[in-house]
Amino acid sequence: MLTNFMAWMDKRLPLTDAWNKHLAQYPAPKNFNFWYFFGSLAMLVLVNQIITGVWLTMSYEPSGDGAFASVEYIMRDVDYGWLLRYMHSTGASAFFVVVYLHMMRGLMYGSYQKPRELLWIFGMLIFLVLMAEAFMGYLLPWGNMSYWGAQVIISLFGAIPIIGDDLTLWIRGDYVISGATLNRFFALHVIAMPLVLVILVFLHILALHEVGSNNPEGIEVKKKKGSIKPEDQSKFTFHKQYTEKYDIVDAIPFHPYYSVKDIMGVAGFLIIFCWVMFFAPDGGGYFIEAPNFEPANNLKTPEHIVPVWYFGPFFTFVRIIPDKLFGAITMFSAIIVLFLVPWFDRGVVKSVKYRSKLHLFNLIQFSISFIVLGVLGTMPASPLANNIGIVAAFGYFGFFVALWFYSKNEKCKPVPERISH
Amino acid sequence: MSNVPVNNGRRRFLTAATAVVGGAGVVGVAVPFIGSWNPSARAKAAGAPVEVNVGKIEPGQLIRAEWRGKPVYVVRRTEETVNSLAKHDDQLRDPNSEKAQQPSYATNAYRSIKPEFLVALGVCTHLGCAPTHHGGDFDQFVEGVPNGFFCPCHGSKFDMAGRVFQGVPAPLNLVVPEHSFISEDTLLIGVGEGEA
Repeated sequence: MLTNFMAWMDKRLPLTDAWNKHLAQYPAPKNFNFWYFFGSLAMLVLVNQIITGVWLTMSYEPSGDGAFASVEYIMRDVDYGWLLRYMHSTGASAFFVVVYLHMMRGLMYGSYQKPRELLWIFGMLIFLVLMAEAFMGYLLPWGNMSYWGAQVIISLFGAIPIIGDDLTLWIRGDYVISGATLNRFFALHVIAMPLVLVILVFLHILALHEVGSNNPEGIEVKKKKGSIKPEDQSKFTFHKQYTEKYDIVDAIPFHPYYSVKDIMGVAGFLIIFCWVMFFAPDGGGYFIEAPNFEPANNLKTPEHIVPVWYFGPFFTFVRIIPDKLFGAITMFSAIIVLFLVPWFDRGVVKSVKYRSKLHLFNLIQFSISFIVLGVLGTMPASPLANNIGIVAAFGYFGFFVALWFYSKNEKCKPVPERISH
Repeated sequence: MSNVPVNNGRRRFLTAATAVVGGAGVVGVAVPFIGSWNPSARAKAAGAPVEVNVGKIEPGQLIRAEWRGKPVYVVRRTEETVNSLAKHDDQLRDPNSEKAQQPSYATNAYRSIKPEFLVALGVCTHLGCAPTHHGGDFDQFVEGVPNGFFCPCHGSKFDMAGRVFQGVPAPLNLVVPEHSFISEDTLLIGVGEGEA
């Protein structure tokens, strides 16, 4: 009965084929470690955001007069409204935690190197859209921090010479941030950006499955066709799309091996996620900031205006530079350089495991700089914080510059042909 | 296919012509989508002038008025503050208000019509936050200057004439909006001197 149904379906839609190609017969390197949880976790959070988001729109009112009150209504009067909202707000922070770790994984193991440049670019586009999505979503509760946070970010575009002021007016749709701005952000947040995000995630995975997954050793598991003796090849059956072109070694099918492993990751992740959601849904003021419990007030900026934690690093770039245009340029450059990592890195050895001590040190100092920039971004402005921020900013950009210089003739350890464990 | 008569020149012309016409269509269709983001007629109409009674402001006190949705700071400066404005000129980016951040009638040492009343938009020229007024304790930010404005967002500093200090992110002095006095104690924001 079921077999007949599947046969009927397969004649009309390549269902079984797609299942095999992307899951049951997809050759994944056998040595994925802890860092490989975050891709599937990002998908999980995306699904969480979409579903809770749809439910929140059922009770939310996108208008300057009604938005703040409707969020209170969701929190107090809608059955389980508080839970749906906290799933969504905690999910937003979790999304960035997971994505930052996912990106760190890519940097550590050289997952952006040839032939995975486009895969990396799709990932960066996802990150960019995610930032836009989070920024617009943060305006929707129409709290005072929502309001002034949006004011600051939109004004960044005002730094562009000549067209800047008209551009900010156009983005806001009013002389100040108003209900008009809120409404368009709502439309973009719930329809446009999620659509783009889902399409980009689809392309990201499609590109991944075309080039194949990297792994902690940075050793390709797809070898030249005919170069590996049959008895040395992986014993598993893989989809012909992969085996026709390559000899596959040291790989296992994604399903069931990594689907089961990822379920372990999901379980661990959900324990932490639920703890935050139930016991510290405001994340100690970092996920939902205190001034946001006050309605938006266009006449009064909160005393310490700081972004949500995940924008902290980029916010610090704006703050440390005593020039509006140059500050904005620096902030956008901080994102653009990430796009260009595949070309800054001129090396051929992928994994940090086989690369020079210098590279390891560079990665560590980059991570520290990024975290310091993030911490500073969530603290009030002060001269000391600015000086530390400048040092960290040099660390951040220095990573890319240094990488470009030393990667050309880097002294790396020999990379084995095969994954040995 | 090879024996099918093909006129490549004509084919290229038709492809290009189709692309150009299609492209023009796309541009045309984009106009309403982009245009709908401009401020609506309602938003434009909401920018009427506002009257403020300044008679009850104590010396040294600041009140906030709202005009076009933006905070307007009205400060009655003490005589001491007015007299000390020139003392820190060397620490400012634009001490003589050469950049057009104020109407011509306020392009003077006090950046105001009457020396005691400062009228300025409470909108930081960096990224638009509302700077905080520090009366008496501003010297924690700039030594020797007791009064001023400090922006909590990125730490920009302004003096009591709304002039920006050097070494901060804000590039320009605070904007002095069009304003005029319609009587001794009544300030009208949004209409300049001699316009009403």
